[in-house]
Amino acid sequence: MTKLSKKNRVIIASVLVVISFILKELQGYAPITIAFMLGTTLVAGIPIFKNAFEALKYKIVGIDALVTIAVTGALFIGEYWEAAAVTFLFMLGDYLESRTIEKTRSSIRALLDLAPDTARVIREGQEIEVDPEDVLEGEIVLIKPGEKISVDGVIIEGNAYINQAAITGESLPVNRSVEDGVFSGTIVESGYLKVRADRVGDDTTFARILEMVEEAQDKKAKTQKFLEKFSRYYTPGIIVLATLLYLVTRDIVLSLTLLVIACPGALVISTPVSIVAGIGNGAKHGVLVKGGEIMEKLGKIKVLAFDKTGTLTLGKPMVTDVLAFGIEKDELLRVTALAESYSEHPLGRAIINYAKEELGEIQGSLEDAQIITGQGIKAKIEGKEYLIGNRRLLLDNGYKLDTYESILQEEEDIGQTAILIGLNMNVMGIIAIADIVREDAKDLIKNLKSLGIEKVVMLTGDNERAAKAISNELGIDEWYSELMPEDKVKAVITLQEKYGATAMVGDGVNDAPALASAELGIAIGGAGKDVAMETADVVLMSEEIKRLSHAIGLSRATVRNMKQNIYFAIGVAALLLLGVLVKTVNLSFGMLVHELSVLLVIINAVRLLGYGDKGFSKRKVMN
Amino acid sequence: MKKTYQLDTLTCPSCTMKLEGMLKKTEGVLEYEVFFNTSKIKLEYDENVVDSETIKNRIAKLGFEVLKEK
Repeated sequence: MTKLSKKNRVIIASVLVVISFILKELQGYAPITIAFMLGTTLVAGIPIFKNAFEALKYKIVGIDALVTIAVTGALFIGEYWEAAAVTFLFMLGDYLESRTIEKTRSSIRALLDLAPDTARVIREGQEIEVDPEDVLEGEIVLIKPGEKISVDGVIIEGNAYINQAAITGESLPVNRSVEDGVFSGTIVESGYLKVRADRVGDDTTFARILEMVEEAQDKKAKTQKFLEKFSRYYTPGIIVLATLLYLVTRDIVLSLTLLVIACPGALVISTPVSIVAGIGNGAKHGVLVKGGEIMEKLGKIKVLAFDKTGTLTLGKPMVTDVLAFGIEKDELLRVTALAESYSEHPLGRAIINYAKEELGEIQGSLEDAQIITGQGIKAKIEGKEYLIGNRRLLLDNGYKLDTYESILQEEEDIGQTAILIGLNMNVMGIIAIADIVREDAKDLIKNLKSLGIEKVVMLTGDNERAAKAISNELGIDEWYSELMPEDKVKAVITLQEKYGATAMVGDGVNDAPALASAELGIAIGGAGKDVAMETADVVLMSEEIKRLSHAIGLSRATVRNMKQNIYFAIGVAALLLLGVLVKTVNLSFGMLVHELSVLLVIINAVRLLGYGDKGFSKRKVMN
Repeated sequence: MKKTYQLDTLTCPSCTMKLEGMLKKTEGVLEYEVFFNTSKIKLEYDENVVDSETIKNRIAKLGFEVLKEK
């Protein structure tokens, strides 16, 4: 009997219970009817009784113990139909619940399915297929269109469009070519790649995200911890209460009914199903929320403090303007790029990248170069001595900048860095470079305000002028500039004291202390940024910062969903109790309502999976 | 010895309590954690005292199937 699969057991018990019911209606409690009822009770009940008994060995009184007592009692007083119906409903309920509960976990299942299953590597000159776990670091992995990348690594040959949804939640393919990094779990949509494996198996970003998502689901919310404690004492308490009730009223049916309807099923499951659905939704949208407690906190944040560089901005300086005086723009760019090819400076990189975009490969060669620390570079190109750098460099070399002062001032006021190019005591050009604000940052801040975030603050190590320029552009309420990492920590603490719950949003190692000391740490662009990903409570996997408002909305939707479930469960329990006391609810009806309420609670949680998808009511998002 | 068991779906937090109660009373189990949402058990045991089969049997007796282990 115990070898029956759950599904078969449900089917057999269903047939038996239907026959029992028909016989009862036709014949009343004839011996044959009773036989079928006992059969149902046995088929449906044996696993319940066994579990109850086994659990009792470890001193745990669970729901199945309540049901076992109630059923035994019912059989004892000759209520065979009630015994059959109660065991059947309990078993069916449990079966349906496990099917539906799987749904709330489906987003995470879907993520697991994205794990690569084979890898094609080159060994001894041969192309062979191996298990992704067996790829060695440094090996060359081949990926064809439609295949999953099985390692984290760097492209050494080829060019492809890659769907990175598994990591970033963004399904729009991105183009990647030689020297670009790729992630395990992402899919090559078109193109052909040879990748050098840098991280394999459990060390890949994808494997670690999976692990974190899995762990996150079981980090319990405060509400959940409370409910679990409560149910530990609740179930034995109910048995005591039912016994007392019997001693006082001498009404055994009443006491047994109380046992059944008092099962706290819907209540104890109300929180975990909502949380798991919420976290699943986040994972699908590239937002990793590390646990139930974080989910509860995220919606209650009053202040968001952003790091500037790399968070609100791209963190990559880019050329925004080129002014040439008495020289062709292209020529100015060419010589500057040649000179900068000698330096490692990020501003230099920006100029070279821009020049390559404009001109293609840079022609010509650098004859001699000398770096002047903190100022710029002296370079000899085609016999001419150029000076490329900041104001200081040119002034120190006797240049007169009076006529350009207003242009420089203007650039700096809007947060740009100006690079001057001088030749033979003449300023030949000015190249303006700035860290570009993320396209979606402005929308994000607008959305945050409409979500009721009280203050949006920027904390930056950059200078006052740049901070002011960006704050004005984005509509930020307060900013603090020229901060060292420890100053950011202090600023976060001050904000918390002044306004309440503060979340810090950052991207890099230098933000880690502030992320850790804030009520909530949020890291952006998590994929590939280990420290921030480990320290933060919430990780936005992609570079799209606007997902932050999805995260906050989701947190609130999850908490709301949880509350709906709790109130509903308590409401149903109260009504049932009332029904039992006035004797309108009998054993099997009580069980039916109880199981239905559990199912409804789960189904309500499943709704959360759709949060933020098209068609999900806008009104709900705004509330 | 460290192990992770993947069980069939845990439907109620009281299942977790049962498993925790069992593991607590199983000699040789040094550390354990039962994950409700992922339906997983992570545990560490002393292989001189108890083996994986015994633990799996006890899990099965409580009505849970071990689908995978690693």
